[in-house]
Amino acid sequence: MLLISCPHCGPCDETEFHCGGEAHVARPHDPAALDDAAWGAFIFMRNNPKGQFNERWVHAAGCRRWFNMVRDTVTHRILAVYPMGSRPPAGLGHLGAAVVEDAQ
Amino acid sequence: MTKPMGSHRTANGGRIDRSRPLSFMFDGVTYGGFAGDTLASALLANGVHLVGRSFKYHRPRGVLTAGADEPNALVQLERGARTEPNLRATQVELYQGLVATSVNAWPSLTHDLGAVNQLLSRFFVAGFYYKTFMRPKVLWDRVYEPFLRRMAGLGRAPELPDPDIYDKMHVHCDVLVVGAGPAGLAAALAAGRTGARVILMDEQAEAGGSLLSSAESLDGKPAPDWVADALAELASLPAVRVLQRTSVFGYYDQNFLCAVERRTDHLGPGARPGLSRQRLWHVRAARVVLATGAHERPLVFADNDRPGVMQASAVATYVRRFGVRLGSRAVIFTTNDSAYDAVDALLAAGIGIAAVVDSRPDPGPRAEAARAAGVVVHAGCVVAATHGTRRITGVEVRGCEGGVLAPAGLRLSCDLLAISGGWSPAVHLFSQSQGRVRWDEAKLCFVPGEAAQAQTSAGACNGTFGLGAVLAEGLAAGASAAHLAGFGDGAVPATPAVAEVAAAPGDALWLVPGLKPLGRAGKHFVDFQNDVTAFDIRLAAREGFESVEHVKRYTTNGMATDQGKTSNVNGLAILADTLGRAIPEVGTTTFRAPYTPVTFGVMAGRDLGEMLDPVRTTPIHAWHVARGALFEDVGQWKRPWYFPLAGEDMHAAVRREAKAVRDGLGVLDASTLGKIEIRGRDAGVFLDRIYTNLFSKLGIGRCRYGLMCKEDGMVFDDGVTARLGPDHYYMTTTTGGAARVLDWLEDYLQTEWPDLEVYCTSVTEQWSTIAVSGPRARDLLADLAPGMAVDPESFPFLSMREGMVAGLAARVFRISFTGELSYEINVPSHLGLAMWQAVMAAGARHGITPYGTETMHLLRAEKGFIIIGQETDGTVTPLDLGMDWIVSKQKDFVGKRSLTRSDTARADRKRLVGLLPEDEGEVLPEGAQLVEMAGGTPPVPMLGHVTSSYWSPNLGRSFALALIKGGPERLGQIVFAPLAGGRTVKARIVEPVFLDREGSRQNG
Amino acid sequence: MADVLINPVADRLSPLELLRVTLAAASDPSQVAIRELPFLCQIALRGSPGNTLFMAAVQKALGLDLPVKAGSVVLAGSVRALWLGPDEWLVVAPDGAAPALLSALAAALEGVHAQAVDVSANRTVIALEGPRAAEVLAKGLTLDLHPRAFGPGRVTQTILARAAVILEQTGEAPAYRLYVRNSFATYLASWLMDAAAEYRLPPLC
Repeated sequence: MLLISCPHCGPCDETEFHCGGEAHVARPHDPAALDDAAWGAFIFMRNNPKGQFNERWVHAAGCRRWFNMVRDTVTHRILAVYPMGSRPPAGLGHLGAAVVEDAQ
Repeated sequence: MTKPMGSHRTANGGRIDRSRPLSFMFDGVTYGGFAGDTLASALLANGVHLVGRSFKYHRPRGVLTAGADEPNALVQLERGARTEPNLRATQVELYQGLVATSVNAWPSLTHDLGAVNQLLSRFFVAGFYYKTFMRPKVLWDRVYEPFLRRMAGLGRAPELPDPDIYDKMHVHCDVLVVGAGPAGLAAALAAGRTGARVILMDEQAEAGGSLLSSAESLDGKPAPDWVADALAELASLPAVRVLQRTSVFGYYDQNFLCAVERRTDHLGPGARPGLSRQRLWHVRAARVVLATGAHERPLVFADNDRPGVMQASAVATYVRRFGVRLGSRAVIFTTNDSAYDAVDALLAAGIGIAAVVDSRPDPGPRAEAARAAGVVVHAGCVVAATHGTRRITGVEVRGCEGGVLAPAGLRLSCDLLAISGGWSPAVHLFSQSQGRVRWDEAKLCFVPGEAAQAQTSAGACNGTFGLGAVLAEGLAAGASAAHLAGFGDGAVPATPAVAEVAAAPGDALWLVPGLKPLGRAGKHFVDFQNDVTAFDIRLAAREGFESVEHVKRYTTNGMATDQGKTSNVNGLAILADTLGRAIPEVGTTTFRAPYTPVTFGVMAGRDLGEMLDPVRTTPIHAWHVARGALFEDVGQWKRPWYFPLAGEDMHAAVRREAKAVRDGLGVLDASTLGKIEIRGRDAGVFLDRIYTNLFSKLGIGRCRYGLMCKEDGMVFDDGVTARLGPDHYYMTTTTGGAARVLDWLEDYLQTEWPDLEVYCTSVTEQWSTIAVSGPRARDLLADLAPGMAVDPESFPFLSMREGMVAGLAARVFRISFTGELSYEINVPSHLGLAMWQAVMAAGARHGITPYGTETMHLLRAEKGFIIIGQETDGTVTPLDLGMDWIVSKQKDFVGKRSLTRSDTARADRKRLVGLLPEDEGEVLPEGAQLVEMAGGTPPVPMLGHVTSSYWSPNLGRSFALALIKGGPERLGQIVFAPLAGGRTVKARIVEPVFLDREGSRQNG
Repeated sequence: MADVLINPVADRLSPLELLRVTLAAASDPSQVAIRELPFLCQIALRGSPGNTLFMAAVQKALGLDLPVKAGSVVLAGSVRALWLGPDEWLVVAPDGAAPALLSALAAALEGVHAQAVDVSANRTVIALEGPRAAEVLAKGLTLDLHPRAFGPGRVTQTILARAAVILEQTGEAPAYRLYVRNSFATYLASWLMDAAAEYRLPPLC
């Protein structure tokens, strides 16, 4: 049972959160401009690293805010929590090649 | 049969209350004991050493330990609904009237038929399950499995519902201390004095651990007195909580630990009705101090399992703490100093000692002290064999050098053999916390390595032995834990003064040679509970198993209910020796929760029956119940399914309800629909992006049906959304989709389009929704809302009005899910029942008929309207549903790009059609698979499946909706539904609209 | 159709009205007491705390500064504002206050990006009071209610047993309010009565 520090509410049990999968996969600004392979990669292809992983989480039963988190998938240690739309703290996380970078 | 009160007691002393005698029954015989006894100590005090039979060979077994590590003394406690199998007699507290039987004995403990297995033992070697019972398969089901279950079953599960209650509690603390032995008490004191919130959990009935059976003194006080003072101080600290009879059994991520508290077990069954019998504690601790002690290792020698063979530490505990005279003549067999505690205890109790057999050639000062007290010590010797069947009667002592026995020795008669092969720190919780253990060659045990969580190990579980060192480590761990949690300055209190005991190193003796080669005569048991011998481990290694995890599974060493507390290290060492490797090279197995077995009852807690899952009801529910409705579960909701009149079955009720809606007037409680208020400058733009169709151009006061897709183009939810103002919309969702749609909207607003000015708020339960439907609906609304213009021009289809209905401010939507003229009347839910009653009263003259979800489903299917989750399953696009008309070509929306992917654009995708069974009375089962031909040799190509199917009183026949490959191109074709039982139903593919294709009925 | 005119006050039915007597019977003020506070005015309010126009408009309409500290409550007279999220509040006031507060908010928030919605009938409120109240909650709540971690003037959204709730501590005693969706109210009240039952029995010693 993870103890997750919501950026707003502080540490709460994992049961109050939902995981939204890999972070930093932004919706393409012009989907029609992508070919099937590129669009398919956006929808279906995700990293599944052993070790540090950038994930989106939402404090579903609490303040209902989304945030980003770096979690170690081996040790379950939570290395960082940071806001939506911002980059992970330096040196943390695993932003793989398949990630479509946020253009904002 | 009644036996006299236990006569095997010391004259005085111990922590039992001799003024409170108790009687109990074991295997049908009544015995006496005292308050403060465990079942094991009470049996031993009655001279009962034979307490069970072993799992595989059904060998007679006695009590080996005095704690959680007990492998032999497993009992079935109580009878009937409260019976519980496989409890360790060493942990069962005695209460008046306790009833227990031994397990693994059939038909009785003393006359055990399974003991014949001993004669067959050469067939029961390692991997015997895999080797012996594989073929022929038919014999497995009929012979082998029933036989094995009977012979090998560890006790019997109760067959009646558990009458006891169990509950759960969540608790937080700065410092959790696990174990209230010397290290744990010291840690709790040091942490508690800082003002930190400290919880001390201990599995025993009273705190103190080894101190309760120690002859040492602390600060000049007898150890038990020091314990009492420590507890008094802890009780005086308001932020400290001590929980006895509480076993911490699991250590999970981020210092989350689970413990089970046995609240009333010690009082006997049913003693405190209304109170939970056991409680599951969920602990979240800033810091954890593990002070879980150590388990003494048995020695592995020939026939080391006879009743009367006991851990040396257990001997000291039974004599000193429980006042048991364990025998009249003892032999002590040891590799290390700690067994001399048992020597001291036996001497003090006046129990004869035949000899100490110490494997060390030069056993050191403790042995000298024993010799000075008149005890014979055979140094450099081992026990090479034992005698006796139901109780040990003697041992063969031999000199042993370099693993070779001396050719001759002596035979000692005895009725008690105390053994000590050293100590294994209880690193179970440390290992569960993901910490790695490391082998300490000097201490001959695994000790905790670097902590993986905010945790410290202290005392014997950390490989620290010797009371002074243990206390000092506990104090330091407690002070440091509190400091790290923000309390105190980390200063360590002074360690109580204890007498230093001169010590000598222990001997690494993992396998004691027998009089004959291993496996030839006598059994060297490693795992007593699973009957795994040293020979089995050798055999496994010879057969090619080298990984400790493989050997464990092949031999089942360490896989019994005690999880190898006494066997893991011995097994590992024997494997390492066989493979010619060092112990650390062979590794260690990972410990997993639970540390000791946990009841299913406490796992369930109160989440039983009606409290298993919330039952959600609408404000009108009481009316439905009174009206005799049957209910359908829709998620957690109870929705009226149909309202049968006297004598009606479901078919008749639905037929009547469906006719009423088409011919007159029906009313449905639609309060469970999801409802979301959407407000903001960009609300229209936002809805355009999340619905497949356009909402930004919707007129104020108008409604529109919309579909939502996920990014993969699959239909996700649907519903009607109304525009209440320039920047104000009111969305409805499906009942099941209410929460997930709101979450999904928030997700997009927060993460993809934070620039959009839109707020969403759920109002699902703010409003009760009453849908009136049928040709008379307008008449009803006119009666109820005389101030509202309800003529078709003033209140057209797909519009909404706010106005007074039956005296209440209401929102009325003219939308239709039945295809009939319909209005949905929304009022604040406190008034939902009042409005329903008003509708029923006003509707009486129109013959109003309440209808349920079954009729609703039938009526919409007649119109070919989809239901999310019925016609869709996450693999269906709007185009598959033939809903191209609702998919905007102009704008982008979530999922649009996916609709033109090669896979989603395939011509042979399953698409929605109607089906008319050839037999008009035949209702196809929903989910039935559809194929092109009747008969044929499997595999038959699948065309699709039935999604909805009904008998319609309005059509006078059965019909169905189905998803069929290339469906719209197959109109008029025949398909077949092969049903379970071999029958095949024939049906014709038709358009998925069965009634009023022009849609004129919704205009009234 | 005068016979079907509904009285918008007298004809209301609160979610736990049918359990009122049962709740009273299960309550023991010396241990823990459970009762419904029906029909409280509740307004869901959304807006940006960084938007000074929004904050000023709410100040004008409600006479209070919305709490911006996570999990805090601000009271002004009989009106309280509960922090639910960084741009989300629940305004709570006595029964009947909703129309006036909503129109005051609507007037003040004209032209401001905000949302104010009447949710008075969306949830009901259960008051849980007495020395054992925190212990009752601890049976189904993963949060820490110790006075060092929580206290009067604090609020949180969380899960109690199997129901989503807004939990507000209103007094030292302790006293709590549980805001629960109508459809979960019967379940939650039953769960609370069950969890509180042991405190009517002699304690274990």
